[in-house]
Amino acid sequence: MSYQTSIWPLAAVLISLIGSIPIMLSDRNPNLRESWTILIALGKVAIVASLLPTVLAGGGFEFTIVEVIPGVPLALRVDAMGMFFALVASILWFLTSVYSIGYMRALNEHAQTRYYASFAVAISATLGVAFSANLLTLYLFYEMLSLSTYPLVTHHQDAEARRSGRKYLTYILGTSIGLALPAMLIVYSLAGTLDFKIGGILSGTGASSQTLALVLVLFLFGFAKSGLMPFHGWLPAAMVVPTPVSAFLHGVAVVKVGVFSILRVIFHIFGPEQLLAVNLGWVITTLASITILVASMIALTQDNLKRRLAYSTIGQLSYMILGAGMLTAAGMTGGLLHIAMHAFGKITLFFCAGAIFVAAGKKYISQMDGLGRRMPITYLAFFFGSLSIIGMPPLGGFISKWNLVIGAVSSDQLLLLLVLLSSSLLNAAYFLPIVYRGYFAKAADPVFDQGIKEAPLFCLVALSITACGSLALFFYPDIFLRLARLALFS
Amino acid sequence: MSTSNLHVYVMAAPLLTAFFVNLVGRVSKAWIAPLTLGCLAFSSAASIIVLGRVMAYGGFSYTVGNWQAPYGIELVVDHLSAVMLVLISVVAFIATMSALKSTSQELPDQEYLFFTLYLILIAGLLGLVLTADAFNLYVLLEITSITTYGLIAMGKGRAPLASFNYIIMGSIGASFYLLGVGYLYLMTGSLNMADIAQILPTIGGGAAIATALAFMLVGLWVKMAFFPLHGWLPNAYSLAPTGAAILVAPLMTKVTIYLMVRVMFTIFSVDLLFLQNPAVQNGIVWAAALAIICASSLALAQRDLKRMLTYIIVAEVGYMVGGVWLANSTGMTGAILHIINDALMTLCLFLAIAAILYRLGSVEFDSLQGIYRKMPITMAAFTVGAFAMIGIPPTAGFFSKWYLLLGGIEAGQWGYVVALLFSSLVNAVLFFRIIEIGYFHKDGEHHGHEKLAEAPLSMQVPLLISATALIVIGLGSGPLVEKIIKLALPVGF
Repeated sequence: MSYQTSIWPLAAVLISLIGSIPIMLSDRNPNLRESWTILIALGKVAIVASLLPTVLAGGGFEFTIVEVIPGVPLALRVDAMGMFFALVASILWFLTSVYSIGYMRALNEHAQTRYYASFAVAISATLGVAFSANLLTLYLFYEMLSLSTYPLVTHHQDAEARRSGRKYLTYILGTSIGLALPAMLIVYSLAGTLDFKIGGILSGTGASSQTLALVLVLFLFGFAKSGLMPFHGWLPAAMVVPTPVSAFLHGVAVVKVGVFSILRVIFHIFGPEQLLAVNLGWVITTLASITILVASMIALTQDNLKRRLAYSTIGQLSYMILGAGMLTAAGMTGGLLHIAMHAFGKITLFFCAGAIFVAAGKKYISQMDGLGRRMPITYLAFFFGSLSIIGMPPLGGFISKWNLVIGAVSSDQLLLLLVLLSSSLLNAAYFLPIVYRGYFAKAADPVFDQGIKEAPLFCLVALSITACGSLALFFYPDIFLRLARLALFS
Repeated sequence: MSTSNLHVYVMAAPLLTAFFVNLVGRVSKAWIAPLTLGCLAFSSAASIIVLGRVMAYGGFSYTVGNWQAPYGIELVVDHLSAVMLVLISVVAFIATMSALKSTSQELPDQEYLFFTLYLILIAGLLGLVLTADAFNLYVLLEITSITTYGLIAMGKGRAPLASFNYIIMGSIGASFYLLGVGYLYLMTGSLNMADIAQILPTIGGGAAIATALAFMLVGLWVKMAFFPLHGWLPNAYSLAPTGAAILVAPLMTKVTIYLMVRVMFTIFSVDLLFLQNPAVQNGIVWAAALAIICASSLALAQRDLKRMLTYIIVAEVGYMVGGVWLANSTGMTGAILHIINDALMTLCLFLAIAAILYRLGSVEFDSLQGIYRKMPITMAAFTVGAFAMIGIPPTAGFFSKWYLLLGGIEAGQWGYVVALLFSSLVNAVLFFRIIEIGYFHKDGEHHGHEKLAEAPLSMQVPLLISATALIVIGLGSGPLVEKIIKLALPVGF
């Protein structure tokens, strides 16, 4: 594959980083500030979209910023896999920005300028991870994301936020410095490069299978943003943040950056053939399977809606890692596709949770009985999101889960098939009752029959679009499917 | 080697200005700032030119009074000392901008005394990296130490006691070094470094030479506060007047590391150090690992930002000693790069402390609550410095740590690698604790509304320069390593 040199990847990454400056400067004028956010988000989508046709045609873009270590420059590269993630992230950032305006203003939140500015930096880091050409660049943006989301996690500035922030950094920074950094150094000392290459860079370095296993495990746990157990504890704790942050960062950007990094390492540092040759796939699938099952079961016990969504996220993230670990064509495709499918589904669910909080002030599922009759659109969107996560047609989640099932069958790993099916049942068990009780149960609170209306228009529009997006992805998954195939088999 | 004397002026400028500052400063305070900044600006510019010439033509030397080596005193510039010259003079220049302000607040009417010592100290540091004479090195080491004792003793409260403690420890260190030089002189009859290096392989005095080396190293370790010989440093640096701490903290330990490299590889040689007894090399790397772990842990126990940093400085000394003794080119690159980076990181953090002290009068953790809102620019720069200490890319601290870690992996020194990672994690805890304290407000105070009181511009500017430098050097570390540091590595690497 040939890459043409272009400044546009850099522009795509930097536009929101630079954009955080006018956002900060228009502190006094909220309307202007939000206009900047929307403008930058649109610009970002436009730049990413303008790169899409070339990538779909089998090409790509490259931009070397500066060579910081011999053989390892800070460099950006737009390939199919990066484009896949960038597309999801930039579209959803735009929708989250729209949603944020409704949510933050309705709740009259404090420090909104800091909120929007941090958000802009965080999305820059996310695109940076997507477009990284090598592991060092990826690590740089990974850390940048960790640090720029700290002010978001601690947004409420109370004791609980302080605790969550501390937990968040301990997990994320601790694992990335303590585990991922040495893994990266070992790879560099073995291969002399950190470039992402199809087929990996570790084959032919003569590394023993023990070393490879060590490096693999260091990476799997080192990118703790993926929520792989036992390094998942930060995710439920970080749910104290404003809902749009949970929606975007903990449903989409932060957690998917973790998964994306792991997938990059599996596909382009080790290479599937190499992992098959030394038979290390089972390490990945075992860790992922345990996380899937345990997280789904914990989710069942949570009464706080956002915490239930958090545990659901932990489980779903491991689907992607599981798919990659199957090392079969269908499995890897399914894993990658699930990044997009889950993103649209889960962001819808979080948007709904936020809308319920804004409109009715409720956080706990047991207090939401009968609320669906007062907020029919929100609950319908929630229903769509749930179906997508469960993997039911006609929603996007079906396509990725179908691929995962084929992957499990084709590699004769029937145990994994069992994991997938039982987890889907668990998903249904923790999501569908919420919808049912919302529409049909007796109202938990007499207030529901009086004043409660749907959430502000900005929120409603955003969650409707993501719900429809989930639906549309079932009928038109072509772009993502093609990108996934290009990423894996070109 | 071509002859040139520009590098002598780099050192002579602050030395001569010191006397003018003393004389003129007595009469009028207004002259102190232009004189000090002027001579340091001259030194900085001249040292950059020297570096450029070394890059183009190779090293050169100057014989004082035209007495030829090995009898006369030789001042030599090679790649490594040219880099150090630039580092010292530029750091001193940046630090002085801020030091002038804090000294006028802390030591009113004593500024001419303060800056006399201050400039002699800088001249001494510059001399240390230039000298090619083992005894002369001792003299200059004592010049820097004695001026530092004086500067520290000018601080408030228990500072004279801390200074006295430092005098005792420093003098023991100096005596050790001098003893080592004495042994060498007995064995070789020479004090010129290059001359000794030539004679050493021809004579076979194993034990005596080893003793000389050991004495010299221990002497330098005391001076650089290599754990467990660090006892004097935390008190001395945290009680010193702020203006002195800004200069001494970034430079003193780093210059001593340079001296260790100089003694190890210019007087002695790779064969003598690493090949004759691998157990010594291993032992020192392990000692370095222990130093890093212990000093980092001690830093955790501090409740004052300045004292916390002093322990971090001690840990960083372990980084560099370990890096040098890894005995491979990657580790050595890391150690030398870390001399530069650590000097700048420490400078940045101490400048931030100076700015906070100027406004708040205290850097105890409790008084830092809500500081991000009061001094946003200062704290932004502080955060950059903190990230560099933790080792987050693209700040400079990440890249030197990268080389040090890689060197450790190549040498198979896993204890050292683990110690470095541990220290990074501890630094993350240390600095995020500060960030947390500064970012949140006092209990029950959701929004702080105190009046904003950012530090004066003359303290903000150097702070911002140093913070920017951390990022620029980080992004430029590829060329920096390839074009300059690779050439500055000792022979054999």
